[in-house]
Amino acid sequence: MPTVIDATGLGKRFGRTRALDGLDLHVDTGEVHGLLGPNGAGKSTTIRILLGLLKADAGAVTVFGRDPWADAVDLHRRFAYVPGDVNLWPNLTGGEVIDLLGGLRGGIDSRRRAELLKRFALDPTKRGRTYSKGNRQKVALVAALASDSELLILDEPTSGLDPLMEAVFTDCVAEAAAQGRTVLLSSHILAEVEKLCDRVSIVRDGRTVQSGSLTELRHLTRVTIEASTHRPPAGLGTVPGVHDLTADGTSVRFDVDGEHLDEALRQLTSYGVQTLTSAPPSLEELFMRHYDAAPGDDTTDSAIDHTADTPTADTTADATR
Amino acid sequence: MSQLTGTTTILRLNVRRDRVRLALWVAGLAGLVLATASGIKELYPTRADLQAYAETAGSSPAAIALNGPAHAVDTTGGAAVFEVGGYAAVAVALMSILLVGRSTRAEEESGRTELLRAGILGRHAGLAAAVVVAVGANLLIGAVVAGGFVALGLPTAGSLTFGASLCAVGVVFAGVASVTVQLTEHARTANAMAGAVVGVAYVVRAAGDVGESGLSWLSPFGWAQATRPFASERWWPLLLVVAASGLLLTTAVVLQRRRDVGAGLVPQRPGPARAAPGLLRQVGFSLRLQRGALLGWTVGVFAGGAAFGSVGDEMDDIVADSDGLQDWIGAYGGNPTDAFLALTLLMLALGAAGCTLTSALRLSTEESAGRVEPLLATPVSRPRWMLSHLVAPLLAGVVVPLAGGLGVGVAYATLTQDPAQVPRMLGAALAHVPAVWALTGLAVLLIGAVPRAVALVWAVFGGCVVAALLGSLIRLPDWVLELSPFAHTPRLPGESVQAAPLVLLTGLAVLTVAAGVAMFRRRDLR
Repeated sequence: MPTVIDATGLGKRFGRTRALDGLDLHVDTGEVHGLLGPNGAGKSTTIRILLGLLKADAGAVTVFGRDPWADAVDLHRRFAYVPGDVNLWPNLTGGEVIDLLGGLRGGIDSRRRAELLKRFALDPTKRGRTYSKGNRQKVALVAALASDSELLILDEPTSGLDPLMEAVFTDCVAEAAAQGRTVLLSSHILAEVEKLCDRVSIVRDGRTVQSGSLTELRHLTRVTIEASTHRPPAGLGTVPGVHDLTADGTSVRFDVDGEHLDEALRQLTSYGVQTLTSAPPSLEELFMRHYDAAPGDDTTDSAIDHTADTPTADTTADATR
Repeated sequence: MSQLTGTTTILRLNVRRDRVRLALWVAGLAGLVLATASGIKELYPTRADLQAYAETAGSSPAAIALNGPAHAVDTTGGAAVFEVGGYAAVAVALMSILLVGRSTRAEEESGRTELLRAGILGRHAGLAAAVVVAVGANLLIGAVVAGGFVALGLPTAGSLTFGASLCAVGVVFAGVASVTVQLTEHARTANAMAGAVVGVAYVVRAAGDVGESGLSWLSPFGWAQATRPFASERWWPLLLVVAASGLLLTTAVVLQRRRDVGAGLVPQRPGPARAAPGLLRQVGFSLRLQRGALLGWTVGVFAGGAAFGSVGDEMDDIVADSDGLQDWIGAYGGNPTDAFLALTLLMLALGAAGCTLTSALRLSTEESAGRVEPLLATPVSRPRWMLSHLVAPLLAGVVVPLAGGLGVGVAYATLTQDPAQVPRMLGAALAHVPAVWALTGLAVLLIGAVPRAVALVWAVFGGCVVAALLGSLIRLPDWVLELSPFAHTPRLPGESVQAAPLVLLTGLAVLTVAAGVAMFRRRDLR
């Protein structure tokens, strides 16, 4: 599959602050790619480099095989972008801004524009100053989604949307993906990425710590099992790979590493299983492990924990939303 | 009083935030006034020199229109007040307006007020703190000026009166700004409204002083000058200042009590759901963003030109009766009326430069407000974006001076029954366009090269104004005076036109714009 975005070892400094420190990002055509990380991880900086708004200090980056800094204008014919913090002109209406941005991308499909306005329940006659954060975001989303661009770059696009509008947004991105468009979506909201993305790159402190499809990432981690059995499940705690076992009579709850799932289940069935639920690892858990921030959990033996930095209060707060 | 809870906290915040700005205003304005006074002392060291000055410059209606009434201009103090008092009063008024607007409506527009008001903060605390800072700055300027005058050996009573009168003007306009910031949602519009009040007050004062009617009593500038520093001082006109300030502040408080945070008095109406075709072109878009401001400047400069143009024909009669005046004007190059008109057109051109700079600096505002990012993420190149936004300031650099020339021309032509004055004044106004463009070019260069320091262009602009209006008085060396582009444009009507400086200035403007655009292309977006 042809590569749309190919960035290796991206570095960017702002004065003494190191915003990016060897970030890698590979996005293939037609894929919905999630760029996941807490505030200040370097997601927006990465996106602004991809847009040619910032020049990377180190590393190599191409978008559609071209240099985004040198060929920004040509590349932008194929992009649509929604910034994380949408700022509108106070004296222009939302409708005017949508037409303006659409016009700059070479025209806008009026039918699709009207349909999106309706779906997002956006009043296009209000002026920029009077829109709420969510509505400003909708203005940018409608402008981006109504375009015919091959690549949608969305920087925390749902941060101001209510759950209803988030659902509309999810549908719209799914439709865009179905049309074969490529989507790069940055987020610190795990459920959103989990719902939408084929592949994920997890960023921390300006560096990609993990990248892969959700399936690839999941097999590295644990499954949560809840069961009730005929006989008390004594001895389950000795099975390798089982963690955080809590048993209350015949009810049991534990986490098990993916590679030891088979053994644990064999042992469990020997007690006579009455009910069983298994939950796949949520991206939340993956994410927590990368930031060492699982609530009250011992994660030091996590299979994918490559980093040993201590978490800061900030990352904890972000990761737990 | 709970409405004022937290005022001291906000006061400290404002002083902390604006400490450099406040220091520059106070030092700049007080320094300018003191430099003029010391210049007068050196230029007219003897009683006889001052006497001669009083008979010439001091009794010219042109000078009276621009500066104010001539009280005791045969004394060093009186002459200094006459030469710099009028300009200083305008500058102090503008300072008050900008300081108040910046820490009230601009904060509210940015949404920061909301954050603060959610804390334990009274409704009027922000306004009160802003007014206190502005009044404090004015008091400081008044005190430094008064102290400086005394140090220069001028009479104490006159020095104190002049200091107080400057401070008074500043306080009144702090009041004016407190009202205008309640009226509109946009800090820019509020500043423009208050600025228009300054313009009207200045013109009313000029008309009143020249016509010796009571009209000047309608203007705060007139009140300040009615204190007559160094000439049988009187303090009671300052009562008018106190009354007016009280009235304005009360109005502001009443208005603020009635409105929502973030809202103006006029609620926002729905606008068009679709963009007009013109908006979709980059140039149309940039003009749309600025049309209100540009229209305001054009009308304002036209009106100012017309006001001064209508004083023009009184010159000849008065000058014909005075040998001394004829000599003085002669030194300026010929016809006294022409000299007056030329000075008027120069001032209007400086105003136009102020307009083009605010307009050009919109590039910088758009960038720091994050509104450029979505535009540059479309297939719009950076040079195209920049150049399309420069159409407005570069156009304004021609249109606004022309509007001033038209105002002067129409008024003067009506009085003299000579329609040929209109094209003559238009031509004279055009002569300053290259200088206006050169300043605009500098702004563009700064935006491209050192985006953090764009405000420097205002310092340069201030320098140009000082050099043009007071340069020789405060005895700036020639090479400093010649740094100003306005030193190289002919003061028409009256002087002869030389093409070379105009071509060079235009070339400089083109070069700096090109360099600014090229550097903007090469730097990170902020």
